[in-house]
Amino acid sequence: MSSETTATPPANSAPRAIVAGHGEFAAGLVSAVQQITGRGGQLIPIAVHQLSVEDIEDLLRRRMIEHGVRVIFTDLQAGSCTMASRRILRGMDDAVLVAGANLPTLLDFVFSESRPAPEAARHAAERGRAAIAVHVAAALGDEGR
Amino acid sequence: MELFRIDDRLIHGQVVVGWGQPLDIGFIVLVDDTVAASDWEQELYRMGVPPEMDVYFHSASDAIDAMPKYVADPRRGILLTGDIATMQRLVDGGVVNNVNVGGIHSKPGRVQRLRYVFLSPDEESQLRALAAHGVKVSAQDVPGARSVGLSDLLNGSEL
Repeated sequence: MSSETTATPPANSAPRAIVAGHGEFAAGLVSAVQQITGRGGQLIPIAVHQLSVEDIEDLLRRRMIEHGVRVIFTDLQAGSCTMASRRILRGMDDAVLVAGANLPTLLDFVFSESRPAPEAARHAAERGRAAIAVHVAAALGDEGR
Repeated sequence: MELFRIDDRLIHGQVVVGWGQPLDIGFIVLVDDTVAASDWEQELYRMGVPPEMDVYFHSASDAIDAMPKYVADPRRGILLTGDIATMQRLVDGGVVNNVNVGGIHSKPGRVQRLRYVFLSPDEESQLRALAAHGVKVSAQDVPGARSVGLSDLLNGSEL
């Protein structure tokens, strides 16, 4: 029996980005990333129930400083988290905000550990955009089933 | 105008999507002295709405004069203020008779009255003053939620 084993690169669990949005959006997506990849530790989920705009901005800013991250993923272009993030990122040339993030976006991000986080975020946004597909039953040969 | 709303988050998901889509909103009038004085803030909020929806920015004093134009607009619109005091100025200007409290969030000195409404004693007095002025005041964060009348809002019975 061979003593060789398949080498698996260790997953980086250091926080690299914040995920924020409505309801339990962030916790749900980060939970899904963890379940699929075991790399959910790269993402800091933030919920903003009952917070004012000023408090959302303050919370996001504190988490960014505390963890030294320069990437924020949010759910909706019009959302309060996106608005607050844009205020925070104003003047931070090395930071990136991705609004409209989805699960494929985050999955690509956590596997892009070799890239600087802002570059990984831009790449992940493209992958997330491309991952949206519409499947029509007739086109799949399911018509009449 | 379909809705005169007090919401300290101003333009956000509930407004653009939650109300905007079912009411087929064509424009938003954002009344806020700080935003009206800042091109950067205006661009921030403009980017939050879909291209088919227009956003107009006014200070409280300018908004009173501009209201006839918006009332005559055949499209459906929402007017937003970030606080009760600004809405009070519009009421005093005779352009508002129905106010939706859509979101006033937690701050020191405020007491929670609904899941999405926290009020200081001064703000409660301001809302009573609106009602005393003949304005119908109710709280409702999204169209599918129950509308809560002012007395129920202030006594916290819906919390």
